[in-house]
Amino acid sequence: MLIGLGSLAAFVLVVGIVVSQLPGWHVVQDTFFNIDEFVSSFPQLISAFWLNIRIFIVAEVFILIVGIVVALARTLQAPIWLPIRVVATIYTDVFRGVPTILVILLLGFGIPALDLQGVPNSEVLWGTVALVLSYGAYVAEVFRAGLASVHPSQRMASRSLGLSSWQTNRHILLPQAVRNVVPPLLNDFISLQKDTALVSILGPIEILRRAQIDTSMSFNYTPYVAAAVIFIALTIPMTRFADWLQARTQKQRRAAATV
Amino acid sequence: METRLRVDDVWKSWDGVPVLRGIDLSVASHQVVALIGASGSGKSTLLRCVNGLVSVDAGSIWLDESLDVTHERTNLDDVRRRVGIVFQSFNLFPHMSVLDNVTLGPRKVLHRSRDLAREAALTLLDRFGLADKANGYPDQLSGGQQQRVAIVRALAMEPELMLFDEITSALDPMLVGEVLDSVAELKATGMTIVMATHEMSFAREVADRVCFLSAGQILEQGTAEQVLTDPQERLTRDFLARFLR
Ligand SMILES: Nc1ncnc2c1ncn2[C@@H]1O[C@H](COP(=O)(O)OP(=O)(O)O)[C@@H](O)[C@H]1O
Ligand SMILES: [Mg+2]
Repeated sequence: MLIGLGSLAAFVLVVGIVVSQLPGWHVVQDTFFNIDEFVSSFPQLISAFWLNIRIFIVAEVFILIVGIVVALARTLQAPIWLPIRVVATIYTDVFRGVPTILVILLLGFGIPALDLQGVPNSEVLWGTVALVLSYGAYVAEVFRAGLASVHPSQRMASRSLGLSSWQTNRHILLPQAVRNVVPPLLNDFISLQKDTALVSILGPIEILRRAQIDTSMSFNYTPYVAAAVIFIALTIPMTRFADWLQARTQKQRRAAATV
Repeated sequence: METRLRVDDVWKSWDGVPVLRGIDLSVASHQVVALIGASGSGKSTLLRCVNGLVSVDAGSIWLDESLDVTHERTNLDDVRRRVGIVFQSFNLFPHMSVLDNVTLGPRKVLHRSRDLAREAALTLLDRFGLADKANGYPDQLSGGQQQRVAIVRALAMEPELMLFDEITSALDPMLVGEVLDSVAELKATGMTIVMATHEMSFAREVADRVCFLSAGQILEQGTAEQVLTDPQERLTRDFLARFLR
């Protein structure tokens, strides 16, 4: 541990010295790592980031709902459910195939352009809906894999007790599936957290938009770096948490496999 | 005596291969019937037809001469709340405590209150020597204990017929006894039982009737004494000779 830290410190020192000796370093430093710019843009960036967080939280809730519902719809076997199964399959195929930013552009500019009566034309709303549709398709696939990872004998045992197909999904399959998919879900949410910045293309002043405005006024790119720092400050803890959960799940599986 | 279960000329193929070929079987209430036969002879398929997990190709299956399991209008959930089944591989729900495993059916299917279901479950668990395991989880139990919980889980639905599908085959030899004791205890309460088993001496002890299945047909049946000690068919003799060594 101590040796590791020492070696890390030495490495950082050497890299720091080498970089600061490079010709042109001062220009780079002034353009990207300007302390004054950083300090002056930071408060506004943080308050703009609040919008990203709100988009993230609202989108996450609806993504989970869409993901679970679509995954369950795709497990429906009876012939009468065929239309629902087809719709769910088409939805996941389409929205996994289309780049998220394209969905955002389509909904964010397209729907307000229709000028429909009673349909709100807030960019934040449609940007969030686009994120939900796009990520919902991914998360549905994650849940579907999770449901498939539960052994079929569990369904058989549950149905044998007289539980309906729906009750079996609700009480037996989903709870076990959710346990299996928490780590991959967290990874999807980490990318969702970053992709809230894509909504900036529609114009609302979220953090990326804010950084862009600051940058264009001062011809200095430090606000972008500051925005990056803010994103990282949130994603790194989430990433570590996901890693930790994954390791714990694997450890539990190994322990279960040895009994 | 009333007939609890009647299987009438049942046929079933998997992927074009016939697995049940005209099975006739009648089980009176309080009777214990043992199904014996080589692996692949169709024992599991037959049991699964009885509770509607597997649909038959032809023939009919009657519960109490009044409910036809194979009829397309029959609600299979109704059948399954009247017929309990225990599998070779326990199949407890690993994310639920023993108590929740046992009360799930009564609460969700029979709509019992949580307290009522819990009380009944604890009584049953106690009867099968599992009272101290109520709050444990399946992965904390031995195989024998898990299988006894599976029996209790099925019993909690108060079934009129129990199906056992080689319930000791996945157990350490050391743990077989405790599970067989539970079955004997169940017989003593008058439960009607159909069990697929490879435990010949146990079948001889508890079964009122033994049926020998071979390639999807009941080749020979009679009292345990008749079939196990004085088999008439050559195939039955060969099977038993291989089994008893
Ligand atoms: N779900 C299934 N799909 C296809 N074949 C099956 C299925 N279940 C059983 N079989 C086949 O049916 C035959 C009888 O199996 P089974 O009823 O399990 O016999 P037993 O319980 O006597 O060993 C076997 O050949 C088996 O491979
Ligand atoms: Mg079998």
